[in-house]
Amino acid sequence: MPSILLDRFELTLLGPTLSLFFIVALPFLGALLPGLMNAAGRAACAGVTFTVSLAAFVGLLTNLPQVLRGELVTARVNWMPELGLNFTLMLDGLGFFFALLILGIGLLIIAYARHYLSRNDNMGEFFTYLLLFQGAMVGIVLSDNILLLLVFWELTSLSSFLLIGYWKHLPAGRQGARMALTVTGMGGLAMIAGMLILGQIAGSYDLSVILQNRELIQADPLYLPALILILLGCFTKSAQFPFHFWLPHAMAAPTPVSAYLHSATMVKAGIFLMARMWPVLSGTPEWFAIVTTAGLVTMVLGAVIALFKHDLKALLAFSTVSHLGLITMLLGTGTAFGAMAAVFHILNHATFKAALFMSAGIVDHEAHTRDIRRLGGLRTLMPVTFVIATLAALSMAGIPLLNGFLSKEMMLEEATHTVLFNTPWLVPVLATVGSLFSAAYCFRLIGHTFLGKVRDDYPSKPHDPNPGMWLPPAILVVLVVVIGVAPFLAEPFVKTVTASLLGEAAEVPKAYFKIWHGLVPALFMSIAAVVGGLILMVIFKPLSNAWEAAPRPEAKVIFEGIIEAAASAARTFTHTLHNGAFSRYAMISFVAIVAIGYHAWVTGTIGDATRAVQAAGPVPIAGWAMLVAATGALVFMHRNRFLALILIGIVGLMVSVGFVYLSAPDLAMTQFTVEVVTIILLLLALNFLPKTTPSESTILRRARDTGVAIAGGLAAFALAYHYMLRDAVATPISEFHLANSYKGGGGTNVVNVILVDFRGFDTYGEIIVLGIAALLIYALTEALLRGPVRARLLNRIPDQPRAGDMHPMMMVVLTRVIMPVVLLVGFYIFLRGHNEPGGGFIAGLVVSIGVVMQYMASGFTWTSARLKYPYHGVIGAGVLVAGFTGIGSWFVTKPFLTSDFTYVRIPPFDKFELATAALFDVGVFLAVVGAVMLSLESFSRLARRANADETEHPMDINPARAEGSSDPIAPVKEGG
Amino acid sequence: MELLVASAIGVMTAGGIYLVLRLRTFPVILGISLLTYAVNVFLFSSGRLTIGAPPVLSDDVTRYTDPLPQALVLTAIVISFGMTAVAVMIGLGAFLGSDDDHIDDQPEPRETEGQP
Repeated sequence: MPSILLDRFELTLLGPTLSLFFIVALPFLGALLPGLMNAAGRAACAGVTFTVSLAAFVGLLTNLPQVLRGELVTARVNWMPELGLNFTLMLDGLGFFFALLILGIGLLIIAYARHYLSRNDNMGEFFTYLLLFQGAMVGIVLSDNILLLLVFWELTSLSSFLLIGYWKHLPAGRQGARMALTVTGMGGLAMIAGMLILGQIAGSYDLSVILQNRELIQADPLYLPALILILLGCFTKSAQFPFHFWLPHAMAAPTPVSAYLHSATMVKAGIFLMARMWPVLSGTPEWFAIVTTAGLVTMVLGAVIALFKHDLKALLAFSTVSHLGLITMLLGTGTAFGAMAAVFHILNHATFKAALFMSAGIVDHEAHTRDIRRLGGLRTLMPVTFVIATLAALSMAGIPLLNGFLSKEMMLEEATHTVLFNTPWLVPVLATVGSLFSAAYCFRLIGHTFLGKVRDDYPSKPHDPNPGMWLPPAILVVLVVVIGVAPFLAEPFVKTVTASLLGEAAEVPKAYFKIWHGLVPALFMSIAAVVGGLILMVIFKPLSNAWEAAPRPEAKVIFEGIIEAAASAARTFTHTLHNGAFSRYAMISFVAIVAIGYHAWVTGTIGDATRAVQAAGPVPIAGWAMLVAATGALVFMHRNRFLALILIGIVGLMVSVGFVYLSAPDLAMTQFTVEVVTIILLLLALNFLPKTTPSESTILRRARDTGVAIAGGLAAFALAYHYMLRDAVATPISEFHLANSYKGGGGTNVVNVILVDFRGFDTYGEIIVLGIAALLIYALTEALLRGPVRARLLNRIPDQPRAGDMHPMMMVVLTRVIMPVVLLVGFYIFLRGHNEPGGGFIAGLVVSIGVVMQYMASGFTWTSARLKYPYHGVIGAGVLVAGFTGIGSWFVTKPFLTSDFTYVRIPPFDKFELATAALFDVGVFLAVVGAVMLSLESFSRLARRANADETEHPMDINPARAEGSSDPIAPVKEGG
Repeated sequence: MELLVASAIGVMTAGGIYLVLRLRTFPVILGISLLTYAVNVFLFSSGRLTIGAPPVLSDDVTRYTDPLPQALVLTAIVISFGMTAVAVMIGLGAFLGSDDDHIDDQPEPRETEGQP
């Protein structure tokens, strides 16, 4: 599998498509660097981030010639073709345009952030998040597969969450980040559903295919649900009414984040998707009604609210909302001219808004406030910033010779041709009102911040910052002016982008970009907006007072109310069900399982028995009787815990005898050895636990439990009995296993071949789980021994009389004599495992028992002093041996864990088999030994704490020792 | 034979459920062990019962029992040891930490437990 993938990858990487993967991958890979460079200083950290972005930017630019020729650059790696999810990238005019904005403005933002962030901020963390975000955004705009696009879409939500909440110490930052994630995340979920529907309709998840199927998609009955779901995603991301409220709260982020995410990139992702889907989704009445209305409402509402905001960034945030509404409305009209105006405005808005955000950041950075009411007169104090901000704001207001004017004219022109709800005047009037308020807040921004008298009560005396901070916005403002004066420079590029947006759905309009179009209605609307804006400025004071006094819904309060209601509903539900009574949960699940099973039993059809009942001789009946008697006795006498242990041992023993009888020798051996270690484990635990269980539950409760238990037992009985008397509905794979065990796996013990070969990957997972369980036990022991339990253990007085001779000589001698025999048996069982009952699992358990015997007989101290290898290491070695055996097959271009075997003959001996599966089994063996021993050792470590009078001698009474056990440091002459 | 195995499964399940519903950790762990036996035997029996035909290939034998459930149950037995060990450790840790081996959260401090 991996090698095949590699081949395809290499094939597609050759040639010009290399740079597409490179562009997307670079920010993600580069995201590792800022954190590493953190120690090297802030300049190095910002420098490396800048270099990474620059490399991606250059990679993008190398594709410019193809894009200008109208070619489609694609790159493809099959990821999960079965799901239709492929790593397919494509670069056309539209994608190039957005990628250019993301990477180009990204570069400016990185340079700006270098100077904006203070020494208290962790710069590496910031740039890591920024690069992650950048990569995700580039991924969105270059995806050719909508499922891949969704992956990147969610990544932008997550990385923007990290960026908005970057100042973790600010509650507003955390709340804003959470709100943004909630809203965009919910939208993302809706969009996933919409995209899946769209893919189902089109029969492919590749955008290039979907974009060809306009008629098919629009005729489908599921078109409307898909449209609404996708638009939910777009509207939440691009802050369209009624989801606009998260954007202003996201302004708690550091200003570089606001400038980047909330002017140029993330909020444009929704717009991008609407533009991307424009050829297939637009042009229907539904699209027109929903998108145009939402855009129009957002535009007017955002502009009105923006005017009355006193925080510079809040003002800009609402103005962004308003402008996004404008772009949405233009896309909603469904005409080619509207689409072109939208593209042009995306470009213009990105330039002037990013410059404005950065200027606001400069003001905040220098004056230590963003409150417009506390500012004013900054014109003389910060002349450079004043020029930058004023030009950008005038462009936003739609003043001629700046780029905002051109696209706003086009918008107004489009508005005059748009008829919504059969009311011809509605759209033009609302568009003019929106522009009017837009002009007003731009004038207020300039007038109340920079003009007016110089004050003497700024929180900090402002002055222009160093060029590192003002150069990035200045570069953008140069663009604002250049495009504004010479729009023909931008025209070919905008038309190329528009052409790729429109696809085959419409022709690129012939209209030229000009400053003077003659005395068209749009010009009069523009004049009305500017004049109206000036009038609003004059009467701002009373207007603002009226606004403050007017009641209006506060989105944050409503949002938090909904969240709180949902949280408290969830809390009530959870706490009612989970009240800390575990036996109640167990009861609920047992009853539920039995009830559901009963329902299935009653409503399903049960076929006739196809197998005959086999006769049982007296021996099985005797075994059965012992098992049932032991179980019954266990239930009745479970209060005596030692007795209960013996009884459960009998049950386990009878189960393993049953396995032998029913042709499962491997299972019997496993069950038997596991039984031994389990009993030892429970004995170790019982050392500390009370030796009896007090009688607490009432008769009523016991009767209820008995009822549930009998119902459960009957259900299990009925299910098992019916099951065993019927053949499988389909041919089991077991036939294959039996037929291929020797031919393919080289072993005659089919169970072992299944474990180490056919289902080796399962086994690999299982030994890892076993290892994790043992490590968990070890960790819990460590935690206990470090906590207050340690003192308790040391002070503990044993509740049972101690044995005078804890390590009797007979037992020590016996276990030591037996040890090599046990190891031999383990080795034998291991070796024969492939062909006869046995194998790594059983051998591991047998060897563990041998080692445990040493602990029991000779004592913990003596034994652990003689162990060279820590059990963690043994577990790890086992997992690694098994893993490397599996990886080995890659070198012969076979899938993971493909086994091979051969027969070798070393002259004096008979020929024997060597299989890679045996090596894998060594891994299993080691992992089992390590896991079992680590668990048991951890338990005995607790015991050792409790009985501090341990000796290093294996025997308490040893005649070979001169002094006996009373003096442990006396000279020892052992074995003499 | 089938009746014997099925009823053994039923008895072990019933015993396991009853013990799992007890109030102290130790019987609950015993109950989980009983349920483990029952589940393992049930899974094993899904290969149907065959007497005297172990799945070890031999030239002169043509009848074998179903090997797959055996392989699955074999790992299940070993894993269940790990699970039991973790459950015992948690129970033991809780008892050593609070001197209380109740399964359910106790509403308020009770009178001290009488050690036998």
